[in-house]
Amino acid sequence: MKINSKKAIKTVLIVIFFIATLIYISPLIITILNSFMTEREINENYALIKTIFEPDKKYIDFKLIPNPVSLEQYKKLLIETPVYLKSFWNSVIITVPIIIGQVVVSALGAYGFTVLEFKFKRVLFFMYIVVMLLPLQVTLLPNYIVAEFLHIKESYLAIILPAIFNPLGVFLLYQHMKLVPKSYLEAAQIDGANHLETFFYVVLPNVTGGIASLAILTFIEYWNLIDQGIIFITDRSKEPLSLFLAGMGESQLGLSFAASTFYATPILIVFFYCHDYLKIGIQTSGLKE
Amino acid sequence: MNNNNLESVRKLRKNKTAYLMLSASLLGFLFFYIIPYFISMFYAFVDNPLSKSFVGLINYRDLFNNKYFLRGLKNTIIFMCISIPLNMIISLGLAMICNKIKVFSKYLNLVFLIPLAIPSATTAFFWKQVFSLNGFLNKFLGIFNFEAVDWLNSKYSMYIMVFIFLWKNIGYNMILFIAGLNNIPKSYYECAQLEGASRWQQFRIVTLTYLVPTFFLVFIMTFINSFKVFKEIYILTGDNPHENIYILQHFMNNMFMSLNYPKLVSSISILITVIVSLIIVMFIFEGRVSKNLSE
Repeated sequence: MKINSKKAIKTVLIVIFFIATLIYISPLIITILNSFMTEREINENYALIKTIFEPDKKYIDFKLIPNPVSLEQYKKLLIETPVYLKSFWNSVIITVPIIIGQVVVSALGAYGFTVLEFKFKRVLFFMYIVVMLLPLQVTLLPNYIVAEFLHIKESYLAIILPAIFNPLGVFLLYQHMKLVPKSYLEAAQIDGANHLETFFYVVLPNVTGGIASLAILTFIEYWNLIDQGIIFITDRSKEPLSLFLAGMGESQLGLSFAASTFYATPILIVFFYCHDYLKIGIQTSGLKE
Repeated sequence: MNNNNLESVRKLRKNKTAYLMLSASLLGFLFFYIIPYFISMFYAFVDNPLSKSFVGLINYRDLFNNKYFLRGLKNTIIFMCISIPLNMIISLGLAMICNKIKVFSKYLNLVFLIPLAIPSATTAFFWKQVFSLNGFLNKFLGIFNFEAVDWLNSKYSMYIMVFIFLWKNIGYNMILFIAGLNNIPKSYYECAQLEGASRWQQFRIVTLTYLVPTFFLVFIMTFINSFKVFKEIYILTGDNPHENIYILQHFMNNMFMSLNYPKLVSSISILITVIVSLIIVMFIFEGRVSKNLSE
C-alpha cells in the first residue's frame, strides 16, 4: 500500500513538472517557431479581424509548425532593415564595457571589504545594500544629475558609468569572498604576499564561480535594459536592441518574432554554455570552511 | 584589538593597497549614487525645479493626497506582499523536491532558469499574445464557451503581474535554496531522527532554522527582482496601465518624464525610508537567529 502511494505521488510530481516545463519553455519555442513563418501565416495566426467579423466562431486554429519553413522574416530583418543591425551593435557597445567595468570594480571593492576593518565599514556596507535594493526609477534621478554635471547626458556613458559602480556586484562577490577560509589569507600574509598578490593568487581563484555569475547576471541585466533607455536615449538610431524591440509593436509582428529570436540568441548561448557557472556562482557553495 | 600606535600605523601602511582597491568602487558609488541623491533631496523642499522657492514639507503633504501616488504605493505593497512570500514558498518547495529526486534535477534546474535568459521584450511580447483580447488564453477558454476578457485591462491584471513575476524568478531562488539545503549537515537530521522527531518537526527545527542565512539572501534577491517586474509590465501596458497594476515605478517614471522633480524626490525619500527600516529589522532578526545558532 505504501509503495503504491509513493508511486502515485511520483506520478503526480512528474505531471506537475511536465506542465511546468511546458509553461517555461513555450515562450521560447513559440517565438522561434513563429520566426520561421511567412508574414501571411503569422497574420492568420494573430488576426484581429476574425474576432470582429466572426464573433460566433470558436476556434483554436493556431498554427504551431511553420509550413513551409521560411527565412523571409530573417531576410527582411538582416538585409532590408539596417537600423536593426545598428541597434544590435548599440547593445554590444553598451553591455561589454559595463560587464568588464562592473566585474573589475566589484572584485577589487569586495576584496577591500573582506580584508579591511575600518570604522564605518558596517555603515558603508549597509548603504551599499540599501542602494542595491532600490528600484531603478529611484537611482535614475541621481544618475541624471551626475550625467548633467558631466555633460554626458546624450552619450551612452550616462548609462555605462553608473552601471559599472552598481553596488550589486560588490555585495554578491563579498558573499563569495567571505567564504574563502581566513586561514588561506593569513597564510598568504605570512608568506609575505602583498594585497594585490593575495587578491590574484588566493582570493580570485576561489571565487571564479562568483565572478562568472556576476558577469552573466550583469550581461542579462544590461542586454535587457529598458528603464534607463527610456530616460537617456532619445534618438531612435541610438537605441539598443532591447528598446528597439519593445518599440516595434504589433504592426510588424512577423519581423518582431525574428528580431526576438535573433536578439535572444547571444543570451541563450551564454546561458546554456555557462549555466553550470551561473549555478555555482549563485550557490556560493563551492567552498566550505 | 591592537592599541599600540606603532602597530596600527604599520598596519595602515600595509593595508594601503587594500584601501586603494576598495576606493575605486567606493568613490564611484559615492559619486554616482550617494552624493547626487543628497543633492537631489533639495528638490523635495521647493515648489518647482525652476523657481526653486522653499515650501517646507508641503510636497510630502501633497504626495499623500495624490491619487496616483497612493494607488502606486498600494499596488506595490499588495504586489510585494503576495509575490515575495509566494515566490519563496514555491521555490523552497521545488528545491526540496529537486533535492529528493536526483534524477531530473539538473534538467529541471535548467528549465526553471530559462525565463532569466529570455529578453524582457520577448517575454512581454509572448505574454501579450497569451493575455490579449484575442490571445491564446481566450481562444482556449473559448472552447468552453467562456466570454473573452481583456486580461491585462481587467481586475485580474494584478494576478497576471504576480504570475509573470513568479514565472521569471522562481528558478533563481530555487538554486539559492538548493545550495542552502545542501549546506545543512546530514548529521543534524540523523540527530533529530534519533531524538524521535517527526518529518514535520525535522523540517521545522532543522531545515528552517539552518536556512535562515539563505532566507536572508533569497529575500534580498527577490526584493530586488520584484521591482524589476516593471520592465515587462511597462512593455506590456505602457505609461498608464489598468489601475490594479499601476505601481510606484509608473508614478516615478511619469514624474520623471514630466520633470516633476519635487514629487519624484519626495516619493523617493519615502521609499528609501521604508526600505532602510525594513533592512534594519531584517538585520536585527538575522543577528538574533545566528546568535541562537552559534550558542
